[in-house]
Amino acid sequence: MLRDITLGQYYPADSPIHKLDPRVKLLGTLLYIISLFIFKGYVAFVLAAVFLIAVIKISKVPFSYMVKGLKAIVILMIITGLFNLFLTPGTEIWRWWIFRITKEGAQNAVLMLFRLTFLIIGTSVMTLTTTPNQLTDGLEKSLHPLNKIHIPVHEISMMMSIALRFIPILIEETDKIMKAQMARGADFENGNLIKKAKAMIPLLVPLFVSAFRRANDLAMAMEARCYRGGEGRTKMKPLHYQKRDYIAYVIVSLYLIAMIALRIVWNTFVVPAA
Amino acid sequence: MGIIKARKLVHEYIRRDEEGNVESIQTALDKVDLDVHAGEFIAILGHNGSGKSTLAKHINAILEPSEGSLWVDGYDVSDDKNIWDVRQTAGMVFQNPDNQIIASVVEEDVGFGPENIGVPTDEIWERVEESLKAVGMLKYRTHSPNKLSGGQKQRVAIAGVMAMQPKCIVLDEPTAMLDPNGRKDVLRAVHKLNREKGVTIILITHYMEEVVDADRVYVMDQGHVVMQGVPRDIFSQVESLKEYRLDVPQITLLAHELKKAGLDIPEGILTREELTEALVRVCQ
Repeated sequence: MLRDITLGQYYPADSPIHKLDPRVKLLGTLLYIISLFIFKGYVAFVLAAVFLIAVIKISKVPFSYMVKGLKAIVILMIITGLFNLFLTPGTEIWRWWIFRITKEGAQNAVLMLFRLTFLIIGTSVMTLTTTPNQLTDGLEKSLHPLNKIHIPVHEISMMMSIALRFIPILIEETDKIMKAQMARGADFENGNLIKKAKAMIPLLVPLFVSAFRRANDLAMAMEARCYRGGEGRTKMKPLHYQKRDYIAYVIVSLYLIAMIALRIVWNTFVVPAA
Repeated sequence: MGIIKARKLVHEYIRRDEEGNVESIQTALDKVDLDVHAGEFIAILGHNGSGKSTLAKHINAILEPSEGSLWVDGYDVSDDKNIWDVRQTAGMVFQNPDNQIIASVVEEDVGFGPENIGVPTDEIWERVEESLKAVGMLKYRTHSPNKLSGGQKQRVAIAGVMAMQPKCIVLDEPTAMLDPNGRKDVLRAVHKLNREKGVTIILITHYMEEVVDADRVYVMDQGHVVMQGVPRDIFSQVESLKEYRLDVPQITLLAHELKKAGLDIPEGILTREELTEALVRVCQ
C-alpha cells in the first residue's frame, strides 16, 4: 500500500520548457511569484494569466496535472478567502448579525484566491517539467556563491539527491517491516491515537536501525569510489546556458517589466482618478 | 611484481569501553600472505567470520593494517597519501546492491566514480557507455535503479567501478543477496571483464560453485590462509574443505563419495562432463 506513493511529480514530455536549464526555471518561478504580489489592476491580472497559460501550453503537460496541486491547499484557500472577505474594512455592501462584507473585502478575496491559484500552478509547472535531480543540480549551481560564506552547498545538494534515491527504498522497507510485525500480531489499524502511535514503535526502531546500517554501507561505497567532497569533482551533466535559456530569461524579464510598468500606470492614473 | 602483495598482514578489531580502555581484541587477519598477478582471477573462499571481507577492505584502503604490509600496484596502503591512488587502482563492489548505488539514474551512478576523480565531461560519457556495455546494461542507462532486479543492480555497481578504469576489482560477496539467475549474470559479467579487458579480479565468496573457473583459490579460516592453489587441487581435498565448513560442489562431492566407495575415478572433479567421462572410462 505504501508503494503507491510517487515522489516528485515529474511529467516526462518533450517540450522547450522541459529542456530549459533548471536554473532558468528556478529563477523564473521566483520572479513569477514576485510578479503575482506586485500586480495591481485587472490588466496585470490578465497578463499574469495569459503568461501562465502560454507556459502551460508550451510545456505540453496536461492541465489536469496542474490542478492536482491545488487540491492540497483548498482549505488554506477557503480560509484566506473568508478572512479577506469578512475582515477587510471599507464600504459595507452586505451585513448579517456580526458578519459584514465590504466592497474592498470582496475584491481582495477574489484577488487573493487568484494569486494563490496562480502561485501553485506556477510552481507546479516547474516541478512537473524538471526532474528532482535537475532541481538539486540547479540549486547547487545557483547557490554556489554561498560557498564563500562557508555554507556547504555541494554537500547539501548531495544529501538531497541521496535522500531522493533512498526514499523509495526506505518506503519499501517500511512496508516489509510492517508486514513482518503484522504477521507477529502487531495491530497498526485499530485503537485510539495514542494506541496507534505506540504501535509505531516496533515499526520505527527497526527502520532506523536499518537506515543507519544503509548509511554506513553507502558511505563506505562512496569512499571506495574516491568520493571526497565537492572539490576537484567534474560533472557528468554540467549545466551550460544555451540560446533558449537566454531567450527564456529575456521573456521572463520582459514579463516582469510589463508587470512593474502596469503597477506604476495603475497607481498614477487609475487610483487617483477613482 | 604482482599487482597485490601482502606480507604478514594483521588486522585487529579493538573494542574499547567508554573510558577508552581496551576491552577485547579480535584478530580478524593473522599474518596473511597474498600474491596476485596482474590479469589473474583469484577467488577467496571462507566461512562467515573467516576474515575474508576484512582482507577485501584492506585492498581498497578502507581498513588499515594493524601490522604487516600490503602493496597495491606498488602503493603502500598504510601510507595515507596513497589512499586515493589505491582506491583508483583497486575498485570495490559490495554485497548489498541497494546500498552502493548513489544516483537515481543508472548512467549517473556509473558516472559518479569518474566525476570524483575529475575526469573531463566528454570522457565520462565515453567511459559510462563503455562500462555499461561491458556488463550488458546499456539499454537500462536511463532507468531508475529501483526498478532493476538485484542482479542488474549489482551489474550497474560493477559498471560504476569499471568506469574508474581500475586495474583490479575486488568483489565482496557480490552474489550473496541474489537469486540464481542474477548470480549467473553477475559472474558472467565478471569473467568477461577479466577475459576481455584483462582486469584482475578478486572474488570473495562462500559459494564453492563460483570459484570453479578461477585461476587460483585461497581458502581462509579464522584469519588465516589455510589452503591455496588451483581449484582442482583445492577441490580434491574434500575432507579438509568440510572441516572449514565449506560446501563442496555437489558433483565433486558425488565423485568423492564414489571414489570412497571403491570406484577408480580421479579426485577434484569439477564439472558434470568430467564425471561422465570418468564414469564411462570406469565402465569400459
